[in-house]
Amino acid sequence: MADKVLMKGNEAIAEAAIIAGCRHYFGYPITPQTEVAAYMAKKMPKIGGCFLQAESEIAAINMVYGVSSAGKRVMTSSSSPGISLKGEGLSYLAGSDLPALVVNVQRGGPGLGGIQPSQSDYFQATRGGGHGDYHMIVLAPASVQEMAELTVKGFDLADKYRMTSMILADGTMGQMMEPVSLDFDIKPAPEKPWATTGTKLEREHNIVNSLSLVPEELEMLNIKRYERYKIVEESETMYEEYMVDDADIVIAAFGIAARVSKNAVNEARKQGIKAGLIRPITLWPFPKAPFEKAVEHANAFISVELSMGQMIEDVKLATSCKVPVTLCNRVGGMIPSPEQVLKSIIEVNNGGVK
Amino acid sequence: MSTKQFLFSGFGGQGILFAGKFLAYKGLIENKQVSWLPSYGPEMRGGTASCSVIVSDEPVGSPIVSNPDMLIAMNLPSLDRYEDAVVPGGVIFADSTLIERKVKRDDVTVYYIPATRLASENGTPTLANMIIVGKILKVLGEFSDEAVRAALGKVVSAKHADMLEVNLNAMKLGADYE
Repeated sequence: MADKVLMKGNEAIAEAAIIAGCRHYFGYPITPQTEVAAYMAKKMPKIGGCFLQAESEIAAINMVYGVSSAGKRVMTSSSSPGISLKGEGLSYLAGSDLPALVVNVQRGGPGLGGIQPSQSDYFQATRGGGHGDYHMIVLAPASVQEMAELTVKGFDLADKYRMTSMILADGTMGQMMEPVSLDFDIKPAPEKPWATTGTKLEREHNIVNSLSLVPEELEMLNIKRYERYKIVEESETMYEEYMVDDADIVIAAFGIAARVSKNAVNEARKQGIKAGLIRPITLWPFPKAPFEKAVEHANAFISVELSMGQMIEDVKLATSCKVPVTLCNRVGGMIPSPEQVLKSIIEVNNGGVK
Repeated sequence: MSTKQFLFSGFGGQGILFAGKFLAYKGLIENKQVSWLPSYGPEMRGGTASCSVIVSDEPVGSPIVSNPDMLIAMNLPSLDRYEDAVVPGGVIFADSTLIERKVKRDDVTVYYIPATRLASENGTPTLANMIIVGKILKVLGEFSDEAVRAALGKVVSAKHADMLEVNLNAMKLGADYE
């Protein structure tokens, strides 16, 4: 195994992207993800890649559209307000079935908000982010190692399904350092016969476009796209289960909230409460299976989030509201403490919460 | 199983993040699980800076240290803010050049080190942080030239290789301070 190095989550994303063969990065600085751009600015010129600080987030996402059309691996990164600006571009990428990697290191909102960690862009990410019927594959890392691994995975999935993969991280994940191994088994990117690489007068023109003025045709495009999404839902969900098998109370949490919750689960177990944790790694597609299984023995679920309660809706759907689901949260850049989560577990265990 | 949670706090510019990074790398070299989390508010030189470091035999859960086993307070606001958060039986390292008051609690062990003065007398005024780190390692029984050199090799950039011995000497000052 290669040596582990200490890296910030943001740097791990950038390095993993380069390892995955990404040679085009377009971005615009914003806390708490600026290290991604800084790393790319340093590295890309040395390896024949392109780093470009665009004049705005909107410009950056449209540069991504251009490079992706030409069949190359490409990415951009930002934080919450910047991702909103990219919303139009995300929709266009989906409408043109273009693969791309987009990183959102979330901060507190809405509006310009603050710069501390948050998970309040869950709805925006898992429901598409821009206008129209579409999805992105949304990956939620909970360690610096996963920041790197899911970046590589994100490129693979994007190419495989011609979709945007979004890394949905938060300020903590971006800023913290942990040991990371960058020893990846890199698969070459698949052939992209649809890419606009020049016909050499040997084939018909490839056209990459999201405009479709004939409603019958546009309807068909949407239906076909959703057939592809169905395959993604059936075959690409990822999650981690922690002490769920015999759990009476099951926590649902992703990213930093899952790390905090794990401490609380350990403490609850010490106190004789059978608590467990389901950590979705793909937020879209949402991993319903572990919830469908857990609801057969659990008395209650707790959704731990850095938002006013967004993922909780998916938890309720996945458990068909068979048992109560309560929310344990902090917002605005605050992070729930293990003690707060433990208190929630104890309250729910005592039947104190409806 | 053992888990040590450190909280470093002081002014921006005192090398709070660097000191934390050193301890994290030392843990990594010794095959421990580690995490390092800085505060990243809109602070800069003269503002406040803090960082959470966890060194453990087990995978690190939450990387946020709210109740440290060891608090390193490099200025008075840091001691005021975090003194009560230290776990009972924990340890506080205070830079007594900049902190004139005593720690109020009697259920923690306190080491007062005039790190800023020692650093300045040593001709390395920017290394008060490493003087305190030297003391931490001494208290933990983990101070050895070999271990320190290995970890310094990871955090001191190759461009400034000459700083390695300078850092080591500063840490010795702290380790030997009674």
